[in-house]
Formats: sequence, C-alpha cells, structure tokens
Amino acid sequence: MSLRVRRLTTPIVLLAVWEGTARAGVLAPDKLPPPSAVLEAAWRLSRDGTLGASLLDSLQRAVLGLLIGGTIALVLGAVAGLVRAGDDLVDPTVQAARMLPHLGLVPLLIIWLGIGESLKVTLVALGAFFPIYLNTYAGIRDIDEGLVEAARTCGLTWSERVRHVVLPGAMPSLFLGLRLAFSAGWLSLVVGEQVNGQSGLGFMMMEAREFSQTEVVVLGLLVYALLGLLSDLALRTGERRLLAWRRGLRAA
Amino acid sequence: MATRTASRLVEAAGVRRSFGGTVVLDGVDLAVDRGEVVALLGASGSGKSTLLRILAGLDGEASGTVSVPASRAVVFQEHRLLPWKRVAANVALGVRTRDAASRTAAALAEVGLADRGDAWPAELSGGQSQRVAIARALIRRPELLLLDEPFGALDALNRLKMQALFTRLRAVHGFAALLVTHDVDEAILLSDRLLVLDGGRVIEAIGVDLDHPRAVDSPGFAALRRRLLALLRVPATPDDAPS
Ligand SMILES: Nc1ncnc2c1ncn2[C@@H]1O[C@H](COP(=O)(O)OP(=O)(O)OP(=O)(O)O)[C@@H](O)[C@H]1O
Ligand SMILES: [Mg+2]
Repeated sequence: MSLRVRRLTTPIVLLAVWEGTARAGVLAPDKLPPPSAVLEAAWRLSRDGTLGASLLDSLQRAVLGLLIGGTIALVLGAVAGLVRAGDDLVDPTVQAARMLPHLGLVPLLIIWLGIGESLKVTLVALGAFFPIYLNTYAGIRDIDEGLVEAARTCGLTWSERVRHVVLPGAMPSLFLGLRLAFSAGWLSLVVGEQVNGQSGLGFMMMEAREFSQTEVVVLGLLVYALLGLLSDLALRTGERRLLAWRRGLRAA
Repeated sequence: MATRTASRLVEAAGVRRSFGGTVVLDGVDLAVDRGEVVALLGASGSGKSTLLRILAGLDGEASGTVSVPASRAVVFQEHRLLPWKRVAANVALGVRTRDAASRTAAALAEVGLADRGDAWPAELSGGQSQRVAIARALIRRPELLLLDEPFGALDALNRLKMQALFTRLRAVHGFAALLVTHDVDEAILLSDRLLVLDGGRVIEAIGVDLDHPRAVDSPGFAALRRRLLALLRVPATPDDAPS
C-alpha cells in the first residue's frame, strides 16, 4: 500500500461509516445528516449562488482583516525589532495587550463598532496582528549578530543590511507568524460571523440552523476547514519558494 | 624614518577598551607596515578579538587613536556566510563594481572553489565555507586583512592546507595582515612579526627572521617557539608541566 493510499484510508472509512449509520437511522437526520446530504446541499447552494456569494463575503472580510492587522503588525514588529527606541515604546505595551484574549473583546467591540462589517474585519485584524507582530519581532531579534557584523565589514549600509541580512533572516519566523495569523484570523472570522450579520458563511450557517438544515451547517464547517487547508497550502508553497536555501540545511 | 612612515599601513596608539568595570585593553600600541603579516598572540580572554574588532571598525566605544586603511577585509573564526545567499552572492556581497561577476569567479577560483558558486553555504564543509569567507575578503582587494583565528575551527590537516593557501595568496596579492591565532606554529610559519598581548598591552614584539619556505623543522623555529610559549606561560612539552 502506498503512503498516499494509507493516508486516505482513515477519512474514507470514517465517511463510509458516517454515511452507513446515517442511512440506517442510527444518526438522527436532524442531528447529523449523511455526507451525501451535505454534498447535495453543496450542489444546491452552488447552483443558486448562495454558497459562492457567502464564500466571497467571508473571504473579503478575511483578506481585508489580514491585510490591515498584518500590515500594522509588520510595521510595529519591524520598528520594535530594528530600532532601540521603537523597542522601548512598542514592545512592552504589545506584550501586555497580548494577554487580553481578543475574542473576549466581542461585547466591547459591538458597543464600539456595532454588529456590521467593521466588527468582523476588526476581529480578524486583531487575530492576525499578534502572531505576526510577535514573530516579526522575534525573527529580527534572533538574527545572528555575527552575520550583521560581517555584512558591515563588507561595506553594506544600514538599509542594505536590513535588506540582505535582517529581512531574509527573519523570513522563516515571518512565515510562522503568517501561518498562525491565518488560523487565528479564520477563528476570529467564524466567531465574528456568528454574532449576527447579513451575509457570509457564518450567516449561512446560522440561518440554516434556524430552519434546522443541519446539512448546510455541516457544509459551512467543511468549507471553513477547506479554506483553512487551502490557505495553509498556499503558504507552504510560498515558503518552499522563498526559503529554498533551507533545503540545503535539511539535507546537510 | 620618512620611508618608514610612508610604508606604514596601520597605526594604533593608546587603545583602551573596558567592559563594565573590567579593563581589557589598557593602552595598546601597534603598527603594521604595507605587505607585512603580523601575528597577534595572547591567552584566551586577553583581548585579541576585541583589538581586532576595533581595527575593523566594529567597536565604537574604544578610546585611543586608530588609523587603518579603508581598504580592509575581515575573516572571522566562523565563516559568517549568509545562509540565504548562494556562495557567489556571498562573495560578491557589497561589491559594487561592474565586473563583480568576473571578480567573484576569480576569487572563488583562487581558493579552489570555482565550481561551487551556485551552492548554498549549508552544502559546504567547514573548510570550504572558510575558503569562501577568504574569497569574500579577497574580492575586495584589501590592503589589510584582519583575521580572527581564521583556521581555528578546522581540523589539523585542513589547517595545514589553509596555511599553504594563505601563503600563496599573500605572495600573489601582497596584502598586509593582522592574524589573530592560538596556534604558535601557525604564527611563526605565516608571520613577519609576532605580538604578544598580555594584561591589556603588547608585552613583546618579535621579528621572525626565518627563511621562506618555512617548516616546523626549519632552523631557529624551535627556539622561537619555546620563547613564545614561555611568554604565553604555556609549557613547551608535557614534561615541562609545573609540579
Ligand atoms: N561584548 C562584550 N561584553 C562584555 N565583555 C566582553 C565583550 N567582549 C569581550 N569581552 C571580554 O573581554 C575580554 C577579552 O575578550 P576577547 O574576546 O577579546 O578575548 P580573546 O583574546 O579574543 O580570547 P579568545 O582567545 O578566547 O578568543 C574577555 O574577558 C571577555 O569576557
Ligand atoms: Mg577571540
């Protein structure tokens, strides 16, 4: 049995058992409908455009939130990592703020922002901010001072050292931050979209719950999972490209 | 006296450096002439690396007067190659002339690594990495090479090869060098003058008058070696160990 086949065995068996028990009536259809029903719902909602529209709305929030939170985190992390004064001004405060569970801010954010788009985007941005900030900062801080020094003796200016030494040196850590930010961002989105809303995957699921369309709820979950998987895959591909030099390390 | 000044490349006087309350360099005077190789010896912690970093312009907190040529390059004990740049890009780092590519190829060829320009540093052995570090220094055509235990991390056989390489390169390029080393034999083999650092000062300067090519069995080598070891307060043979 090849590796691929072996890896696929467990999920296929689980699906088969799920389908079988649901068909046999062991699982109540309103608690957990069979996979075939979920597939059917996927087909139906794709045809009438509901799934696509919801997906697009959710993706928009995710991307916007990641962009905003990620950019601020990157800038602050770089300032704190590169400049002594920036470190003193930024880092202690951010480290303290990190202790606040950002999802616990939902009630306060509702008071400030209402329950509209800005709430959801803000939650994603907050979720993405901390992992990216922390890993940018740590990535810059952990750079071997000896390499920076060697670059200096080669005549590189400050900005050249940042570009040729600090940035690439912090890249592995940055990717780690990005991956964590993606998952934190998704999680924030799921929570945010369930607070109320007029569109998006979360809305689709909440609405389906009211009408006891359990298969749509399950479908929403699966789509969330799939999106997470895809974003992780994209990130890994980018990482392989950009961090090709590490393959040498691994082989050694 | 005038000619002497004209050929002077490095001049340091009254160099002082302390860390916290600990004085490490306490008025070091040092001079290196054009094309001269000076070995700097001293016990561990005597401040050799500190002095070299000051000469390299990497330490802004030392006092005293230091004059070094702008045309200088440094080789450290660790190769300090950027892992994310291929070997050729590491060698060419900071070289801004239009012929950087051909100079890189030439520098790599000189250290016997003409075919490894496309490799990642992680794919090289320790000895190869150190040779790339030397190529990275050479490509700058330095008047002064600062070397901090450049071969210290290598095994004995590799070290011999690198010492031969150093001698060859020096004959071709005629650079001056300050060579920090722990290895007394290496110091005598490679240098024109030996400096011993102790108590924050240069306590002894010894000219090495041995003929080239030198070997550890050259006449006069053993006597010089014994003298150096005495200055470093190291027993010359295991039997000399103080009781
Ligand atoms: N950045 C630093 N901060 C504090 N102390 C330092 C620093 N750099 C060097 N020292 C101290 O200065 C002294 C001299 O250090 P240095 O590295 O110059 O010695 P060295 O002669 O090169 O020794 P070795 O032969 O072991 O390399 C040591 O006591 C060391 O602890
Ligand atoms: Mg040292």
